[in-house]
Parts: sequence; C-alpha cells; structure tokens
Amino acid sequence: MAYDKFSKINSPAVPLPYENVDTDQIIPARFLKAVERKGFGDNLFRDWRYENDGSPKADFPLNNDKYSGKILVGGKNFGSGSSREHAAWAIYDYGFRVVVSSFFADIFKGNALNNGLLPVVVSPEFLEKIFVQIEKDPESTFEVDLPNQKFTITATGESTDFEINPYKKHCLQNGLDDIDYLVEMKEQIAEFEAK
Amino acid sequence: MTAKTLFDKIWDAHVVKQVEGGPNVLYIDRHFIHEVTSPVAFLGLKNRGLKVYRPDQTTATPDHNVPTINQHMSIKDELSRNQVDMLKKNCDENGIVYHGLGTEGHGVVHIIGPEMGLTQPGMTIVCGDSHTSTHGAFGAIAFGIGTSEVEMVLASQCIMQPKPKKMRITVNGTLDKGVTAKDIALYIISKISTSGGTGHFIEYAGSAITSLTMEGRMTLCNLSIESGARGGMIAPDETTFNYVKGRQFAPKGEDWDKAMEKWAELKSDEDAVFDTEYTFDAADIEPMITYGTNPGMGIGVSQTIPTSEGLSGTDKTTYQKSLQYMGYNEGDAMKGKPVDFVFLGSCTNGRIEDFREFAAFVKGKKKADNVTAWLVPGSKQVQNQIEAEGLVPILQEAGFELRQPGCSACLAMNDDKIPMGKYSVSTSNRNFEGRQGPGARTLLASPLTAAAAAVSGVIADPREMM
Repeated sequence: MAYDKFSKINSPAVPLPYENVDTDQIIPARFLKAVERKGFGDNLFRDWRYENDGSPKADFPLNNDKYSGKILVGGKNFGSGSSREHAAWAIYDYGFRVVVSSFFADIFKGNALNNGLLPVVVSPEFLEKIFVQIEKDPESTFEVDLPNQKFTITATGESTDFEINPYKKHCLQNGLDDIDYLVEMKEQIAEFEAK
Repeated sequence: MTAKTLFDKIWDAHVVKQVEGGPNVLYIDRHFIHEVTSPVAFLGLKNRGLKVYRPDQTTATPDHNVPTINQHMSIKDELSRNQVDMLKKNCDENGIVYHGLGTEGHGVVHIIGPEMGLTQPGMTIVCGDSHTSTHGAFGAIAFGIGTSEVEMVLASQCIMQPKPKKMRITVNGTLDKGVTAKDIALYIISKISTSGGTGHFIEYAGSAITSLTMEGRMTLCNLSIESGARGGMIAPDETTFNYVKGRQFAPKGEDWDKAMEKWAELKSDEDAVFDTEYTFDAADIEPMITYGTNPGMGIGVSQTIPTSEGLSGTDKTTYQKSLQYMGYNEGDAMKGKPVDFVFLGSCTNGRIEDFREFAAFVKGKKKADNVTAWLVPGSKQVQNQIEAEGLVPILQEAGFELRQPGCSACLAMNDDKIPMGKYSVSTSNRNFEGRQGPGARTLLASPLTAAAAAVSGVIADPREMM
C-alpha cells in the first residue's frame, strides 16, 4: 500500500495514557465492513471518542483542542488484540505518522510498519517524561529522526535512540512495500517449491 | 548438530531466503481467508495487475460478518452482504475454493480448516485473523497476519517475518473435575499477562497438555495470542494423527505413511533451548472467569476481584478504569454476580466437544429466565454433529436453541450484539471494552462455567453443580 516516505518529523503529540490499548478500541469491529481502504480515521477510537448519540466526549484527548500533532503517545502494550490492519489504517488516516509506547503488540507493530506508520519504542521512564512534557506544555514539540533513529523532547533536549529493523527502515524511508520485493523473488520461490 | 525446538524445525524448513539485515522470507503452506480482512488485499493485487499465485493452497469462507439466523435468506445488512459477495467474487475470479453460507463446508475459518484435514502437522498456516494460532494444536506454525501480509501471501505464497523467540509453557499433572483447556489458557494468561508472550512463539508441553483432546488443544492454542504470543503449538502425537486420519484433505494410502514418517520428527529435541520457560501445576487451576477488560484479568470463579493495592501510575488508573467499565468493585466475589447473556461458540469454544459438555451439564436443568443464551456452532459440520448426536432435544428441553454457524457475538460484527451495560458470560476470546457490542460487559469462561451461569442466572461454580 502506498504511503508517504518517512524521514524526520517535528510535531506536538497527543497523549493516550492508558495501557493495553487494544485494536477493538482503536477501531471497533462494526466499522470493519468496508471493502476499500478509506475513511477509517473517522471512526478511530470511536467508542472512547464519541457518546452513543455521536456527540464528542469532551474528556477524550482527541477531542481536546489543546492537543494536536502527528505523534500519538500510548501506554504499554499498545495495539494488543486482533490482527485487523484497519487499526493502523485508522491511525494513519486520522493524520498520525508515529505511535510512541514502551511496548507494542507484535501484529500491530508489523501492520504499522507495512503502512508507513512508525512505531517508536522508548523506555517506560522516557515514556513518562513524554507524558509529563505534554501535560506541561501541549504545544511543545518532539522530533522523530528516522535516519538517526532518535526521538527528542525538543523542550528539554533529552533524547533516546530507538530500534528499527534495517530492512523496514529502508522501506519506510523510500515508501516501498514487501509485495514488490516478494514478486521480484518469483523464481526463487518456485525453486523452493520444487525442492 | 545443534538441538532444535519443534518451532525451529518447521520454521527453518520454510525459509526461502534470509533478507540481509531484515526478516525471513517464509513459505506458507496453507492460507485461509475470510470476508473482512481480504477485500483490500484483493484490491491491491488487482491494482498491481497480479493474480493469486497458489489458489489451490488458499481456502475461503465468510464467518466474521454473517447472520446466525435465516442464513438461507439474503443478508439484510447491506455492508455485510457486500463484503460477503465481494469475497465470493474474488474467489471466483482467482479460482479459490469458497465455502459459502449454508454449504456443508461453511463455518468459522479456524474450525473448518482442521475439520477438513487442511490443517496438518509441520505446516505453515496463516490467515488475516489473530486466532489463526488455533491450528498450532496440530504441531503447525500458524499465526495471524494483517491485510498487507494477506496480499503478500496471495501474490507470492510467502510472507516476510522476523523469526520470533521461543517460549515453552509446561503444565504438569491432572486437571480437576470441571476444569477445561479454556481454564488452562485463562490461568496461564492471568499469570504471564496479555503481553507476557509478545515476541515469542509458544510450545505447550507437559502431561496436562498431552492428555487434552484435539478440541481442547485447539482451544488452548487459540488463546495463545491473548498472551501476546504470535502463536502456540503442541507436538503432534497419536491424538493428533487419529484426528487427522481419514479427513477429506488428509494424506491417504502411501502418502499417509510418508507423512507419518515426517510427522514423527516433529518434536523439540531433548536439549533444545527455549528463550523463556514457564512451568505450572494443573492442580492449581480451577474454573476461571475474567472480571476486567482484558483476558489477563482472570481469577478462579470462587475467588474475589484483586485490589489495586501495590499498583501505581498508569497501571493503577488502567485497572480502575477497567473495573469501572465492568461495574465491579475491588474485593468483590465473582460468584453470585448477575448475568444477562450467555454465549457458547466462536473459534475458541465452538467445536463439538464444547457443545457436548454444555449439553451434558444442562441436561435435566432449566435455563434461568433472566438469561438470554446464544448457542452458535462453529461450523455446519459441528451443527450436523450436534443434531446427529441427539443433543438438540436435550438443549431444547433445558430451554436452549441452536443458531447457525459464524463468529457471532464474539466480536459482534453481525446483529448478535450484547446490549449496553449488560453482562455476558462468553466462551469466546476477548473481553475488551465494547467487544460484544458498544458498552457490553464480557466475562470470559469455559463452556461449563457458561452453562453454570446460564442455569443459575448468576455467576456460579460448575464444580458444585456436576
């Protein structure tokens, strides 16, 4: 799936200080009935974001005007549960390009990387610092530097390195996906099958 | 030669290529697809001008989004109908076998695969559904994938994956009366948490595991993902071979003998090393029930809800938010709590053995008037067998009716939604907020504990009623 090439992002961040944010919260199953990949951002965190009558819940961070930006910061074990890639699509479609947490569920992490959404793992202590900084000044920015694999709290200058598989980093920086790679491998796959 | 785990043996035999500084290109033997996570993958394929590479290794059925009554009629919900129609169309265009509603092969994708003998030891199996881990019960590497990966497999029969770490969970001893595979799984997750297995693939071992039936093993492996693990597996043995033998797509004659030779090798070498090991005692496990909003929040049905003492920061707020959603207080006893709905079914507990246990338990008892019960067979074959074994009159006598196969109230994509604020004792796999409908409150349990709740009208200990 085509996505924007990723290099550096400097942006304020939206806090979601809950643990185990599961994919049923990110996008409830009843919104998975589309046969095309569009508009999922409208239903991102649907039941946390809206009352039953469709009015926004004032205390949910996405509805709070003081928070904005391309970076979503969640508690540990973000993206647990279902394999629905719609979760990554919804976060991306809403406008986020980075999700920061101290721990991600495996399938979500893979889905995010396949869709140009960068999962950044930081230590629990550093995550706490990010939450504190957002609370102190919601307009303050954070720098996500993919080439140097560095996440920086601009206001304090504190930074931390993050890990990413070199192959996936290359894909993200160049907007490539695995399918192109696999289709190129057809001959080798056929040889494997013949063995 | 270095000692290998069962997982290593199967994985290594399926690596087509190791990408420099990257993941493995892993060959996939069997690909199951359903209506919800495949349409965008087919669209992607079409946009690239590609066809499905190995349609004969792909099997399709609509399950997530289908009604569980009146399946002979056109699906009322337009979006659901469109998704189901789209799956059929994509299968027709690409020569993929499609098991439609009402046909003999229809059912929840993780139930029909094993039933047909499509799931076999030593295979790599994927599906765009996290509970693909179910198939690991046969000594296969089976795991859930996202839609981009579904597209990869459709295009090339391969997927790009980093090799996970290996975990062994050993459960020794004998299970108490009234304690099932579901309870083992909920117990393990309550001990290692919903992220304890992340980054790992689990092998289950020990006498309490090997004494499980195939149905029980499937339930256990199914729930591996709820511990964060990508999948779980059990080394194949006589129980496995007896189950597979004679099924539609199982090897026959000479092919069977050859397969058996290969399958005999499918076990971890004695000195194989696991990255992480846990050992539990079956005697410590009682019928389990969840009280919170993730599958790790489970306790024995006779116990009280833990307090938040000792928790701090987001741990504490998350815990309190969860109990608030459930309408429970710290220290509450689970027994005697009200129940509004009971759901028997899903890829976790929608197999024939689950219905046998439920029926045997409710035989001669009556469903409580305050409980609405939905009994949803996992497949047409399960439904047929329930009928053939004479379970229907027993269930009817006790006030229960059968619905038609599908994922149903497990994820409430269809009309089977638990209403806002209501309590549902469910044999499914996830008790996340709103999982069974907006505002619904889910308590995960075994078919026996669900049956005890259904006839008592409140949370009850099945051991006291057997």
